[in-house]
Amino acid sequence: MAVAFDEMNIPGGDLRPAYQELARWLKETPPEALEYRRQEAELLFRRIGITFAVYGEAESTERLIPFDVIPRIMSGKEWTLLEKGLKQRVRALNMFLRDIYHGRDILRAEIVPDDLIFQNPVFRPEMNGQQVPHDVYVHIAGIDIVRTDAEDFIVLEDNARTPSGVSYMLENREIMMRLFPDLFARHRVAPVERYPDELLAALRSVAPQSASGEPTVALLTPGVYNSAYYEHSFLADKLGIELVEGRDLIVKNNEVFMRTTEGVKRVDVIYRRVDDDFLDPLTFRPDSVLGVPGLMSAYAAGNITLANAVGTGIADDKAIYSYMPDIVKFYLGEEPILKNVPTWRCREPKDLAYVLDNLSELVVKEVHGSGGYGMLIGPAATKATIEAFREKLKREPEGFIAQPTLALSTCPTCTASGLAPRHVDLRPFVLTGSKSTTIVPGGLTRVALKEGSLVVNSSQGGGTKDTWILDE
Amino acid sequence: MLSRTAENLYWLARYVERAEYLARTIDATLRVTALPAAYIGKTNEWDSALLTAGVAASFYQTYEEANEHNVVDYLSFSADNPSSIRNCIEAARLNSRSVRTALTSEMWDTINSAWIELQAVWSKGASTREDLAKFLRFVQETSLRFDGSAYRTMLRNDAYWFSRMGVHLERADNTARILDVKYHVLLPEEEHVGGPLDFYQWSSILRSVSALTAYHWVYRETLKPWLIADLLILNDTLPRSLASCYGNLVRNLDQIGVAYGRQGPAQRHARGIRNRLEHSNMNDIFQHGVHEFIQEFITDNSRLGEIITKQYLI
Repeated sequence: MAVAFDEMNIPGGDLRPAYQELARWLKETPPEALEYRRQEAELLFRRIGITFAVYGEAESTERLIPFDVIPRIMSGKEWTLLEKGLKQRVRALNMFLRDIYHGRDILRAEIVPDDLIFQNPVFRPEMNGQQVPHDVYVHIAGIDIVRTDAEDFIVLEDNARTPSGVSYMLENREIMMRLFPDLFARHRVAPVERYPDELLAALRSVAPQSASGEPTVALLTPGVYNSAYYEHSFLADKLGIELVEGRDLIVKNNEVFMRTTEGVKRVDVIYRRVDDDFLDPLTFRPDSVLGVPGLMSAYAAGNITLANAVGTGIADDKAIYSYMPDIVKFYLGEEPILKNVPTWRCREPKDLAYVLDNLSELVVKEVHGSGGYGMLIGPAATKATIEAFREKLKREPEGFIAQPTLALSTCPTCTASGLAPRHVDLRPFVLTGSKSTTIVPGGLTRVALKEGSLVVNSSQGGGTKDTWILDE
Repeated sequence: MLSRTAENLYWLARYVERAEYLARTIDATLRVTALPAAYIGKTNEWDSALLTAGVAASFYQTYEEANEHNVVDYLSFSADNPSSIRNCIEAARLNSRSVRTALTSEMWDTINSAWIELQAVWSKGASTREDLAKFLRFVQETSLRFDGSAYRTMLRNDAYWFSRMGVHLERADNTARILDVKYHVLLPEEEHVGGPLDFYQWSSILRSVSALTAYHWVYRETLKPWLIADLLILNDTLPRSLASCYGNLVRNLDQIGVAYGRQGPAQRHARGIRNRLEHSNMNDIFQHGVHEFIQEFITDNSRLGEIITKQYLI
């Protein structure tokens, strides 16, 4: 694997401009002071209750995502390019979804193969011909971005279903401002705090026509045991909307109502953080107790907007991912600004043969996996693991894609033996309303805390950092 | 507001209030049982503590004997006792998480920090008297802090009123239960005893509802059983008296009624109980029978709980 791109240091000893002030500050700050503030940050996270649950552990376990106090910094110029690329990408995702559930031009043009859509479990036939307000499907997108050099931004994954992590972007900033006011005074960091306002504006802008002039928005959560529950309550609070569970909602005459102390009240827009499968036991999984019976018929009647729309999984599916550059070109007639990771589709015999020959150098992912589970990282795997994976791959090649092992960029990070480079990625959050697409400057930087590790997922030992976009 | 939110706020307040009451009861019992036997007679004060907490039956399924060790453990740290202090704090935290959006950050911080702090205590219990005293004080302080932060930081809207209703309903229940268990030492016939034995029983009752000092301020008298009963039942200047709790419950329910533009059975039922308390005097109550009076009150009070639930919370 190539030497990773260091976001702070230029080989030869110089510093990248965005990091110059931070480096000066680090020199002036004794390591004990950093450690002290790190502990303070952890205490704050616990007291605020910013925790998540790990599935498979006892229900009551709540864990903290480790927070690294060294910010990740990007220049305004870098951000401008990234922002443009993100808007382009999300525009294409929305157009793709609109097309897949209506005219299917892209299939007729043979850009994307039919069976990848129709045999895909995340394709929702219920959405065929269904109008969604303003043709917005993905109101909230979390696009995972990595870097391998100073020039390009690469999309690792599009998250178009119920992306999470934005509360960390906001809380990390709050805590950093509390702990390091001096460091902020020496930089011009673009603020992120208007995210909740922009989210609420986007959600209200897509209310159905039958809604009143002041549409009612609610956030639907699976409940306190969900791993992202903290985020749900945090966002509902910041938006000033009700945090509802399935049992709080009822459907009458194809309208959705919430049960309140004053009787029932109509809901117009649901920012749902419940997966498609669990939304409505009458349409999807009948054993779901998290959903609302009849919700899909109210949706079909056009009386409720779901954000994100049902069926968006078909756009962020790992099998579709490899077609994204073509999808961007097809709908927008533009060259994609953000790059894709070169991807071998194991469903194609030629690609499969290559992958099988080069397993020890590749990353192989399950098409329907997420959270870093079920993945093979060739260079880090033992021979036995690779062989076991080879068998899995041969048995069900269409279930996998493979990519080269990327040398993810690194940022200075606090470790037991002082500051050291660790691999990072970035998830910016892209909001799409009826009129505009907006992105607050920043996002969630995830960092692989173990030396050499490339896995940044919080469920597997990743941490987070505050992300600074300098306002030049 | 969402019915579920109102329900959570209401129960959250009840759990915190109950935890405080249990802590006070244990505190008061420890004091009275530390006295030489001649001062307290033959009654088993730990048994009374179980009765006032309403958990005697379930206690004896696990334990043989109601002694200090067993009862303190069961009321404070037991995971099996649904209304132990531990489970009250756990339930309060779970309720708080479910309604974080309706809590102010000060209220959340109070519950969450207490919960974090107490995690360490649950597993090992209290090994010394000092530990126990510290723990009981901590629980009472948590309740005070919670109450104070609600009072100082919450918007005065239905969320606040539902939470206050939880406090007052639980408080009325607790005061009534103490009276129910101890009514016999308050009966006038026993006045002739008047010896140290009753004195310590009486002061223990007052202590468990933090009214010992208040008694002296109100009556400027030595402890007299009917005055104690008067204070706890009818005196509406004492925040834990039944009269005061009902004055507040009626007010909170009226505020909700005005805000929603609608009265209902809960308002009528609460007003009925308050009127009865307002038009009673201790003479009548003693004639009618203190015990009967209290038992009726306990039934009426829990009936109000059911009516509120039906009218607003589901």
